[in-house]
Amino acid sequence: MKAAVIVFPGSNRERDAVAALEAASGTKPHLVWHRDTELPKVDLILVPGGFSYGDYLRSGAMAAHSPIMREVKARADQGVRVLGICNGFQIITEAGLLPGALMRNAALKFVCRTVHLRVENTDSAFTAKYRKGQIVRYPVAHGDGNYWTDTETVKRLDGEGHVAFRYVDGDGKDDPLWNPNGSVGNIAGIFNATRTVLGLMPHPEDAVESLHGNTDGKPMFEGLVEALS
Amino acid sequence: MKAKVHVTLKRGVLDPQGKAIAHALHTLGFNGVEDVRAGKFIEVELKSTDEASARKELDAMCTKLLANTVIEDYSIELVA
Repeated sequence: MKAAVIVFPGSNRERDAVAALEAASGTKPHLVWHRDTELPKVDLILVPGGFSYGDYLRSGAMAAHSPIMREVKARADQGVRVLGICNGFQIITEAGLLPGALMRNAALKFVCRTVHLRVENTDSAFTAKYRKGQIVRYPVAHGDGNYWTDTETVKRLDGEGHVAFRYVDGDGKDDPLWNPNGSVGNIAGIFNATRTVLGLMPHPEDAVESLHGNTDGKPMFEGLVEALS
Repeated sequence: MKAKVHVTLKRGVLDPQGKAIAHALHTLGFNGVEDVRAGKFIEVELKSTDEASARKELDAMCTKLLANTVIEDYSIELVA
């Protein structure tokens, strides 16, 4: 599997993404600067976390209009897998690859901790190595992770299996108290209509080594390698 | 020409900042405060002197970048 990791001014999780991808695939991903207008031929584009453009205006709003994003959108339209993590989720949502928007956390505080997630749909290259309903632990670190979309769209996302991950309690039960940011329907991550694009606030790339505390993020990268090699 | 652009969260979208400000105002004794909505104020200096074309251009700026119309409304005020 060949991958590209996009780097914006203010990105800060690109190294973690590179390490996770390289560990799973054995191939070093390309780092692509946001001002570039061309992408190498890759099977996966990862838009990493951080604070692109200092979160000015809205998180991800400026980066969504960076020159490279035109190419990212064109590749996504061709079915190339796109994974947006944290600020990357905000960027690809602002760019229109996913529905809805990410707003300020409901409690107005930056949250940095490990959360429990339930895998809602395993029919994708991102989630194929998990069991449906499996509870995984990934860390979160964000101030603007409050996913919002209108009630109709939430229903549609649910009905069509486009919710990828939900925040749950340690037993896997829905409980808004365990939702770190107030997102609608406790949504932590969503797919596009073809499940070739995934955006999520938690960091699977920071749960891939025993030193991270757990390796629940590893199956995501292994699944991608298996599907895209 | 100068434009004043206001961007606010849509009615129906929870505005936690506005809620926190309202709460703080109540704490300070401003009990007449019923609701607060927080937003952004952006000033744009334009070359254009034609109001109609300026408005059209600002509209495009708002939908493309200044506001996220999924969650936000915007209003444009032109000042000569």
